[in-house]
Parts: sequence; structure tokens; C-alpha cells
Amino acid sequence: MYATEAARSQARPGTRHPRWLWPSLTMPGALWLTILFLLPFYVALAIAGGTFNPLFLNPVPIWNPLNWRSGYLRQVYSELFGAHAYLDATVLRTLLFVVIASAICLLIGYPVAYFVARQAGRRKGLYLVALVAPFWVSYMMRMLAWQNLLQGNGLINHALIVAHLITEPVNWLSGMPATVVLGLVYGYVPYVIIVLYAGLDRIDPSLLEAARDLGLGRARTFLHVTLPLSRQVIYAGALITALPMAGDFYTNTMLSGVPTTTMIGNVISNSLSTPGQGGEGAVLVLFLLVLMLAPMIWYVRSSSRTAGGELL
Amino acid sequence: MTGGTLVTSAAPDIARPGVRAGRIRRIRRIRRPSVLRGFVWLYLLWSLAPVALAILFSFNSGSSVSEWQGFSLRWYVGDPYYSVLHDPALHEAVIQTLRLAVLTTVVAVPIGVLFAIGVNRWRSRQASAWTFVMLLAFVMPELIFGVGIFLLLTNLLTFVRLGTTAQFLALVAWNISWPAIIVRARLQSIGDDYEEAARDLGASSIGAIRRVLLPMLFPAVFASVVLVFAGVIDDFVLVDLLSSNAQSQPMSVIIYTLGAHGGSAAAPALNALATVMFVMSIVTVAVGWAIYRRLTRGEQRRSGGLSLGPLTGP
Repeated sequence: MYATEAARSQARPGTRHPRWLWPSLTMPGALWLTILFLLPFYVALAIAGGTFNPLFLNPVPIWNPLNWRSGYLRQVYSELFGAHAYLDATVLRTLLFVVIASAICLLIGYPVAYFVARQAGRRKGLYLVALVAPFWVSYMMRMLAWQNLLQGNGLINHALIVAHLITEPVNWLSGMPATVVLGLVYGYVPYVIIVLYAGLDRIDPSLLEAARDLGLGRARTFLHVTLPLSRQVIYAGALITALPMAGDFYTNTMLSGVPTTTMIGNVISNSLSTPGQGGEGAVLVLFLLVLMLAPMIWYVRSSSRTAGGELL
Repeated sequence: MTGGTLVTSAAPDIARPGVRAGRIRRIRRIRRPSVLRGFVWLYLLWSLAPVALAILFSFNSGSSVSEWQGFSLRWYVGDPYYSVLHDPALHEAVIQTLRLAVLTTVVAVPIGVLFAIGVNRWRSRQASAWTFVMLLAFVMPELIFGVGIFLLLTNLLTFVRLGTTAQFLALVAWNISWPAIIVRARLQSIGDDYEEAARDLGASSIGAIRRVLLPMLFPAVFASVVLVFAGVIDDFVLVDLLSSNAQSQPMSVIIYTLGAHGGSAAAPALNALATVMFVMSIVTVAVGWAIYRRLTRGEQRRSGGLSLGPLTGP
């Protein structure tokens, strides 16, 4: 430590690192991200603005932006808003699922995070381990677990029959919106809880004590101090679930697999494997990207501001 | 509740040894609000029980996933057709997952660490632009990320075939952000004093980075290795979109394709495969966490509180 202090006072401009050093350390990562993260968006634009080869049913990208056509764009527009629109229902359904599931995630997640941050006491570590555990169970395994439970002869139906709530097994796994929402909530609620926990844990306890000393009851302390202080983190928690949920297709396939619960993610992922729909898929991905870009940028900026670059 | 708070705040000082401690703890337990605790326990039950049951039924000797017919390892090794060991699709999947996890970790972590050092020390507009791109890649929904790469590889860079190579390229791009974010946070807390000192004492630029900075970054680098490795094991969207045939399907994709339509005759074998995947990532994380704790022991004592550390990400 002493050496550092001394060295600092002696530091001369001549002892700087060579100018090329830092850019060249950055370059491998920057190149990788340019080719595999930025370039794909240009390719998607070129395909969306391109044409279609009727012989092999493959999209023909147009690389020069000046020659881009609007064929695919108009096609998707008419599928969304035209007379024979069929995608509009999918988009609305996706929106509905995402909003409901995010809201349930917050309603479950906030009390849990609040308890662990404020009242878990000495067992905090143990609770945290239990809260973090689902992160390390693959999403597919967690969906498979619900598939086991919800099967025709699964434990849920057994239990409900034993409890005389139903007489016949319910077919939970084909086209039940409630099952898909349950899957989404189950899949994403751990993320919400960790984000909320990190935010609630950061609230200075002396602010709460001050409120109590000034005569506020428990409920009013919560309403007037804790809740306003956690507003930012509630937005962040809602976002961190809503973004991936909007692009989710696997929850739906695992727990329903029927067109009546199709989400926009299913349409996009199916378009990749269906010949002749590549261009449509490109337009839809860009559409999703445009919808999400603003919230993503907000999230990046707010989390690098509040936590000094510490992003969850 | 005021009394409760008083006991709670006094307790840590008194509640050390023996009988008294037990009594005080009991008082605290009674005074605490219990509706909330009950809710949390219900949540934990709901969150963990389905997975625990799925693991349990992978040891079932029958082919049901809801009716217990006795313990066996049939679905792991015993069954000559459907067990993880004998079904080629299932054990290929285990190997494919491990292959991707090792390859991705070996490439993504060094690239991400260098990237973090580069953008942290290279004070310019470009550096902040690259940081922004990296963070954007981190929050980008995986579907958009994956479809983009799919379109890139099927329309522009067509010499890269879908399959292991494509999965590897995509996974590295997706995982560069982990080491970059963790190491960058660490660099910000270290500052550049140590390196300057090494330079003043005669070290070369590269020497200062290698002999002074990298050892100080080691815990952060190690944490990234654990996160990337475990993350790749659990990854689904990218590897699914970019897999070409059965040979390039890792465990998560096999569970998805075989499990998607209401389960097959070998349902417990899928549970067994999922359990293998679960054990792999839990062991990675648990061992990693223990080593991480050892590496950073001094610092944790200094900062006191219980921190989640960087080992909490998805």
C-alpha cells in the first residue's frame, strides 16, 4: 500500500501504456459482437426488405438499403391489421399473457423479496440459497416438472379428484391459457425476486427507523417510505421478466402446444423451420426488437446508474 | 411490534451461548409477523416441490411419473433401450452439452476479460460505445439474438453450417457479457494504482497486466467461468434454434423435443436426463461458490455483510 502511494506521486506522463494496448484488448470481443450481434440485424433488415424465390421458397436478401422493397412489410401489416388478419390475435394474446404473468410475478415476488430482505434475520443466507436455487435448474426441467404434475393421470388431477373438486381428470396440457400463464410465472418469478431483493436490501434501514420514530405505523411506513423507494426496482423487475417472456415460445410448447395459446415467439420460431416464411420471420423479429429497444435501453442505463455498472 | 424490534436488535449480542439463547430466539420467533413468513414458505414449496418430484420420479422403477413403484436406476443405466446410458439420443445429448459448455467457457471468458480490461482503461467514446453494445447484448431477449444469428448464418455467412459450430459461435457471443460485466465491476473497484506502481517499478505494460492486474482479477474471472459454464448447460433458445440434426441437440433441446407433446413412453428417462443436467449445473455452482468464497475470504470479512456475490445470475 505504501509503495502505491509513493509510486503515484512519482508517476510521470512518460510511464503511460502504449496507445494501441487498450483498443487491441477490446477488439476480439468487439469483433465477435459486431459479427454475431450487430451484423445479424442488418441481415434481418436485408431479408425483410428483400424478395422471395418462388422455386425454392427461400428468401432472397437485398443488401443495398436503397433497393429495399416493402413486400414483406406489407404482408405482415395485412396479417396484423388487414381484412384477413390472423396475427393480431396472437399479438394481443402475447401481450395479455405477458402483462398478467408479470403482474402475478410482482405480486408473488415482492412479499417474498421483502421478507427476505427485511425480516429473515439470521436465516437470510438460507432463504437466499432457496431463492437462488431455481436459477440453476434448467428452464426445460422446470417445465418438464409441471408437465409431469399436470398430466391426465398426474398428481394434480389425482389430488383434485381425491379432494372432490373435480370428478374427471382435467386436460391441463392442451390449450389452457391458465396453464401457460402458470408456466410463465413459475419460469420467471425467481428473476423478479432477485431483482426486487437486491433493490429492497439496498434501502437504508435508518430511513425506516426515522419513519417509525416520527410515529408512522408499520403499514404507513411501508406505504410512504419502502414502496416509493422501491418504485425503480419494481419497474426493473417487471422489465426483466417482460422482455424474455415476450420472446418465449418454449413454455407454450411444453405446456400447451395448441394453436389457441400461440404466442408471437411461436410464430417467429416456426417461421424459421417453415419454408417460405423466412422473410415474415425477419419482419416479426424486427417488430419485436423495435417494441423492446426503448425499455432495454432504459434498463441498461438505469442499472448502470444506480448500481455503478453492476447489472444483474 | 415495538417490543419485538427491541428484542430482535438486542438479540445478536446476547444470543450466543447456551440455554438463554434458545429462549430468546423463541421469543423472537413468536413476535415476528408470521403471515408473511407463511407466504414465503408456501412460495418456496411451490417453487421447489415440482422439481424435487421430477427428480424423485426419475428413480421410479415403473414408467409412471405420478405413481411410485419402487426405487431403481432403470432410467439411468438399467433399461437397455430407454435409459440415459443406452438411448443414443440421450447420452449424445449429455456429451453435446458438455462439449458446448467447455468450448464456450474456454473462448468466451478470455475474450470477455480482455474486453473488460480494454474498455475500462481505454478512456474514449469508442470504449463507452462498445460497453453499451455489450450491455445491450446482455439484455437482448434470447429469441431475437438467436433468430438474428440464424438468419446471418443461413443467408450471409453460409459457409458456417448449423450445428455445433453455429451453436458455439452464438453461445460465445451471448456469454461474453458475463465475464465482461463482472470483471468490469471488479476493475472499477480496484482502480489503476497497483498497475501504475508496477509500471513505475519497471514492469512492461503487458507485464503489469499479467503479473499485477490479472492475479487481482482472479476471483472475478473464476466467477465468470462458473457462470458461463453453468449458463451454457442450462441454455435452450440459442442451441435449439441453431441445432441442425439429432447429433447437435444438447440435453435441454432433447427434453424439449421429446417432452413437448405430452410425454413419451420413456417419460422417466427424460426426468433422468433432466436430473443429470440439474446435477451438472448444481455441482458446478456449488463447487464454484465454495472456491469463490475461499478466494475472497479476506474481502468478505472486511466488508462484513452477506452479499449474494456475482453467483446469482440466470
